Amino acid sequence: MTVSDSQHGGQVDENWRRLSTRMLLVHPVRELVRYIPALVGLVVAGRSVGDGEMWWWGPLGVVVVIALSVLRWATTRYRITPEQVQLRTGLLQRKTIATPADRVRSVDVTASPLHRLLGLAKVDIGTGSQRGASGGGSGLTLDSLPAAEAAALRAELLHRARSPSVDERAGSSPSEPGALPFGAVPVGDAPMAQDPDIELARLDPRWVRFAPFTMSGVLAAAAIFGLGWNLLDQMNVTPSDVGPVRGFVDHIEQTAIWLVILQVMVALGAAVIALSIGGYVLSYWGFRLTRHAQGSLHITRGLLTTRATSIEERRLRGVELDEPLLLRAVHAARLSGITTGLESKGRADGGSSLLLPPAPLAVARALAAQILRDPAPVDVSLTAHGPAARRRRLLRVLLPVFVLVVAAGAAIWSGGSLWLGLGAVLTIPVAVLLAADRYRSLGHALSGGALVTQQGSLGRRRDVLACEGIIGWNLRQTFFQRRAGLATLTATTAAGRQRYAVTDLPLPMAVSLGDRALPGLLGDFLEPEVPEAPGVSSPIASG
Amino acid sequence: MQLREPANHVSSRAIVFWTVRALPGWLIALGAQLLWLMASRDSEGLRVAALAVTVLFASAHLVVMPRWRYRVHRWEVTDTAVFTQSGWLSQERRIAPISRVQTVDTDRGPLEQLFRLANVTVTTASAAGPLRIHGLDRATADGLVAKLTEVTSRSDGDAT
Repeated sequence: MTVSDSQHGGQVDENWRRLSTRMLLVHPVRELVRYIPALVGLVVAGRSVGDGEMWWWGPLGVVVVIALSVLRWATTRYRITPEQVQLRTGLLQRKTIATPADRVRSVDVTASPLHRLLGLAKVDIGTGSQRGASGGGSGLTLDSLPAAEAAALRAELLHRARSPSVDERAGSSPSEPGALPFGAVPVGDAPMAQDPDIELARLDPRWVRFAPFTMSGVLAAAAIFGLGWNLLDQMNVTPSDVGPVRGFVDHIEQTAIWLVILQVMVALGAAVIALSIGGYVLSYWGFRLTRHAQGSLHITRGLLTTRATSIEERRLRGVELDEPLLLRAVHAARLSGITTGLESKGRADGGSSLLLPPAPLAVARALAAQILRDPAPVDVSLTAHGPAARRRRLLRVLLPVFVLVVAAGAAIWSGGSLWLGLGAVLTIPVAVLLAADRYRSLGHALSGGALVTQQGSLGRRRDVLACEGIIGWNLRQTFFQRRAGLATLTATTAAGRQRYAVTDLPLPMAVSLGDRALPGLLGDFLEPEVPEAPGVSSPIASG
Repeated sequence: MQLREPANHVSSRAIVFWTVRALPGWLIALGAQLLWLMASRDSEGLRVAALAVTVLFASAHLVVMPRWRYRVHRWEVTDTAVFTQSGWLSQERRIAPISRVQTVDTDRGPLEQLFRLANVTVTTASAAGPLRIHGLDRATADGLVAKLTEVTSRSDGDAT
């Protein structure tokens, strides 16, 4: 991404397009809201100077803000040439931001309710230049275009980024890998010309039942509670002065404690469930994932604010199958993509790399197989990491529990309640179960040209990373891992989380895995094979 | 299957460098304890014992850590890969193919300049994978950078 100045200085040729005129309704409102503190300051200042003859300061401020936002609209133009997307802004200081069209990695179309009311949509063009801070951000935003125009622009840009001539150029440039990562040329599913989109997934309204099993409701409830409390605090309202709260407190004082606890639990539970369902519906309603014939995945979703995202398949290096414990309990999972060039910061709230919201596990697995064009990495049974890894899981869970038990013992000895001891002792079986599940979840495989690694219990995750996407190995051994003969092998990659670890596997297995995943890389650094060494304890699955 | 160690040691001056670098932290801890010892007179035995323990740990750390590190810290560059090994209690080996190398940097802190040492950092397209070789002799570092630049320019291929 480059910032050039006054390249197209004086002449306004007809290719330069304006943002939608309807933004004249959105921009001033938004700017006024943004400048409220300053405007309030102006009004107060105007009133207090002299006898209030400066009353016009406030209205003047409003007029200036509106005029500025109109000016901003009037001076903003964009155009799309065969090589570049250009955005020109500024009245006094002209700035032209240009993004090479073949560097466009993502085109997201977002429409907030206000935008939708006016038939508008915002277009975010991402170039994925994470390190390119010199260009001032990565990509450009057109806020906003008429919805139809936005959709057309998105199709145009994505089509251009994938057109054969550009692909060739990209293939030979140093930062672009050539072929599809999973080696498979789309065969067999050759689409009709008039309907090039193949639908891979669509939201089933029944999936909303999984919403309460995500943490989103709990987080939302906490956020709302915190916000409400803060608001009351700022307005100097003591909660117990508010009528309903007062009534509630009176009610508590007259009722048995266990009944109060029960009621509060039920109320909280209902609130959390309602919030999580609301959140699920708001962000995922109308979710649809399609594969475009020219090699990209398109995702549309959202009830009020709609989003349309695309992931180019040649930037896809794999998928992550997310099974947090609660979702796992109801046989559900989430799916996200491992892609290069998408900022990973948005992933916590299901950002650009989301491929499937919480849905039945079978659906998630089938979708993963379709996206990878190979069911093997999803279905493959994983190689376990052996007894040393199991001991390590157990030890790492029991150590904190041991500390807890000792602390409880000390508390009882110095006069604490016996219940403390009981509570501490009861954590032991929970810890053992957790360790057993953590070990059961731990495993790896090489399948379909991809490294498959799975770990975790409370947040179990299976990562499938194409071997072509691996750009190096970190083999780490802590002091205790060395004593146990274990190592953690981390595949580094330019995509997704940047690192995908295979945790606590026996050292020879780690080396062998690294060697098989990227043949040739480790070859120079292997110990010469000693004839009698192998065959003792290397239960390595055939890839 | 086992990995062998990378072929080259770092400079032996790194041993002194690591010792000197670890010294200030221990000196501060010892100074604080001495002040504490002088501050008042009660339970003196306990404080002297604590001081003795600190001295013991400090000397063990200052003697063992640099030598252990020196045995672990190794590196090797072939025509196809960069291979480094570092750490002491926790050890890490990193391998990256030459075809994926994006930048090669050297840097020298003030203390390192005093010992005529340099660090070489080899980065790839992954944010997780910089390979750092600490405590190289300055001439070796310059030679290594020259070699890496030469080898990477020879290799064609992509870097992601």
